[in-house]
Amino acid sequence: MRRRKFLSLISAGSLGTALAPRTGTAAATISGHPETLGVLHDSALCIGCRKCEAACREVNNLPTPDKYKTPEKPFTDLSVLERKRRTDFQRFTVVNKYRSKDGRTVFRKFQCNHCQEPACASACFVRALVKTPQGPVIYKPDLCVGCRYCMIACPYYVPAYDYGNAGNPLVYKCTMCAPRLARGQAPGCVENCPTDALAFGRRLDLLELARARIAAHPGRYTPRIYGEQEMGGTNWLYLSPVPHEELGQPRLGKIPAPELTSGALGAVAIVAGLWPAFLGGLYCISRRRDKTAEQDAALAAATARETAEAEAQETLRQALAKAEKEKEAAIAREVKKAREEAAREFEEKAAPQAKEESTPPPAGEPSS
Amino acid sequence: MNATTDRKKTALLELLRTPGNILTAFILALGLCITVLRFTKGLAGVTNLNDNYPWGIWISFDLLCGVALAAGGYAATTACHLFGLKDFRTSVRPAVTSAFLGYAFVVLALHYDVGQPWRLVYPIFLSQGTSSVLFEVGLCVFIYLSVLALEWSIAVFERLGWKKARARIVRLTIPLTVLGVILSTMHQSSLGALYLIAPSKMHPLWYSPFIPVFFFVSSIFAGMSMVIFEGSLAHRFLRGQMDEEHIRRGDAVVFGFGKAASITMLGYLLIRLYGVALDDNWRFLPTGYGLWFIAELAGFVALPSFLYALGVREKNTRRIRFAALLTIAGIVLNRFNVSLVAFNWQLAPEEKYFPHWMEIAVSAFIVTLIITAYRLICAYMPILRDDPDFETH
Ligand code: SF4
Ligand code: SF4
Ligand code: SF4
Repeated sequence: MRRRKFLSLISAGSLGTALAPRTGTAAATISGHPETLGVLHDSALCIGCRKCEAACREVNNLPTPDKYKTPEKPFTDLSVLERKRRTDFQRFTVVNKYRSKDGRTVFRKFQCNHCQEPACASACFVRALVKTPQGPVIYKPDLCVGCRYCMIACPYYVPAYDYGNAGNPLVYKCTMCAPRLARGQAPGCVENCPTDALAFGRRLDLLELARARIAAHPGRYTPRIYGEQEMGGTNWLYLSPVPHEELGQPRLGKIPAPELTSGALGAVAIVAGLWPAFLGGLYCISRRRDKTAEQDAALAAATARETAEAEAQETLRQALAKAEKEKEAAIAREVKKAREEAAREFEEKAAPQAKEESTPPPAGEPSS
Repeated sequence: MNATTDRKKTALLELLRTPGNILTAFILALGLCITVLRFTKGLAGVTNLNDNYPWGIWISFDLLCGVALAAGGYAATTACHLFGLKDFRTSVRPAVTSAFLGYAFVVLALHYDVGQPWRLVYPIFLSQGTSSVLFEVGLCVFIYLSVLALEWSIAVFERLGWKKARARIVRLTIPLTVLGVILSTMHQSSLGALYLIAPSKMHPLWYSPFIPVFFFVSSIFAGMSMVIFEGSLAHRFLRGQMDEEHIRRGDAVVFGFGKAASITMLGYLLIRLYGVALDDNWRFLPTGYGLWFIAELAGFVALPSFLYALGVREKNTRRIRFAALLTIAGIVLNRFNVSLVAFNWQLAPEEKYFPHWMEIAVSAFIVTLIITAYRLICAYMPILRDDPDFETH
């Protein structure tokens, strides 16, 4: 049946529409406000003292480790570093210890990277996460619905949720100390760092600084600044003596997160535009087909009726004609008979004068 | 009129006596208790969700599977109203009913899952995050639920005897159907597109720029299989509610959708493989994840597609119904694979998520609510039969 095939055609058609806009979205341009601020973490200088963790707790009014949901040893206890930890709703930053492939112990600080094109902000369906031109990606607790799509989206596993809160559960992550920046202060963690492992400043300057360090100590660093290009770049940058992957930093490529979904979102316009036309057409065809079928049927019926009528008339005519002929013949027969009779009588009665008179024309002879 | 009242009475009695009702009552009671826990103790009280796994089975099953399996609504209305396949007329109302219930309960389930359900209207009315795929999903589901409510209201108006209101909606049939297809295309594919944003967290075999297409195409045969499956359930358990025509036309629907599903699944299989080829991910096939991927495609796409074709050729409704069941299982498997197996595949085994029993209980609670509501509606409303007072449309 022809109609059933349309179901499979639809799937083929949608393929085209969803693919169309994806082709144009490849070029990743590194953008960002020139004045945007950032922090550089240098693992070659980091001693894993956890002073940044302590400062972060302090400036953000977070509970002390013994009051955590899963209590932890105080910040002075470095045995904590033996475990791989991540941020959560009570820890906006953690320092982790890694053993590199060549056997070195390297520390890396971990917190929100304040991406230039944040996946979390692009994913938030209520704009509760916003990238500011100053640098921080800030969170608006009054808007957050708690869908946690930002947590799905963040490639660094940064945002955390307060699952145990029934009344006002929220997303928590490093704020880059946005309130302090607004007052002209550096982030708490940077201020409390006893070495130069944390540097704060304009992102462009930090890139310069990082390049200068790599150039000055070629053997000390792996020649790559993590965060310079990762998914559009981040405001927090990293230098490391070992490949960044060995410090648990994911390989991400250059395509910014928003570009990954913009193709699919662009397809929406196409779907919204094409479907009505396509389906409307389909509907009209199906209607037309029904109508044509109806008309055809009507026509056929009419023709049939006409033919039948014509046939009937023909038979009638033939029957009439036959009857006519029969009648004619009968009359002719009668006439002939009558004539013969008359002739005989005439001959019998007036045999003597038969020679002078011709046959009289018979009356009522049928015309053909 | 008398016959109808009698039928209703017996239906009610049947409902009260069905042995499964003890189980139903148990699940509902348990669900209510967990509901109280969820909203007094928070998500941590009843789920195993954590910061690495912000989405658990309430998203995988209730949202992703729920929406895919409720696609029967647009599949049936499109076949009947737009393609003019009159055999499908009797399947429209049950499909619209279950789609409406499906979506309504998806939205209910989301109230359990999001942290602050009382703010669920924010993205629509207060602050629109238009760059978010989730925003599109939310908006489409919200509008589509309204469309389904309108489509379904015809049955309600028939029950109430409101002829004018009914006539007004019937006149909107075609625009509503077209709107339903547009919205379904958009949000079915967008559910897949949700995962586009996290390529680094997804296993390459399940991550593809095509994932929205995969989700949409699979929703087509998911919907058709659900219509077949629900039809067979109704034939078995709700026969008392059906009239002659609905029983008679059932087989035509089974064959029509069976054939269409078979073809669509074949196309789906090809584009899934094309997705692997495009990113040159063949090297992942000889791994554990690869075998699992092959199992999904071979056992739950290729096989049911073949069984459908066979069933249609042999005119074997039983085989088709089995194929429908297998397809539905395959859809569930696929959505779980994307959202829980492929997602976070690189995390260590001890970091992985397994649902808390109460999460499973809530999902069971939602499903039970849907089934119970469906049974009640079929008992009291002209869903599986035509109302003799109204012309069919
Ligand atoms: S690191 Fe994650 S949470 Fe921070 S801005 Fe980037 S995407 Fe958002
Ligand atoms: S959890 Fe909150 S901040 Fe995160 S995406 Fe959802 S609404 Fe936005
Ligand atoms: S910038 Fe502020 S919030 Fe972020 S880790 Fe440092 S101290 Fe904590």
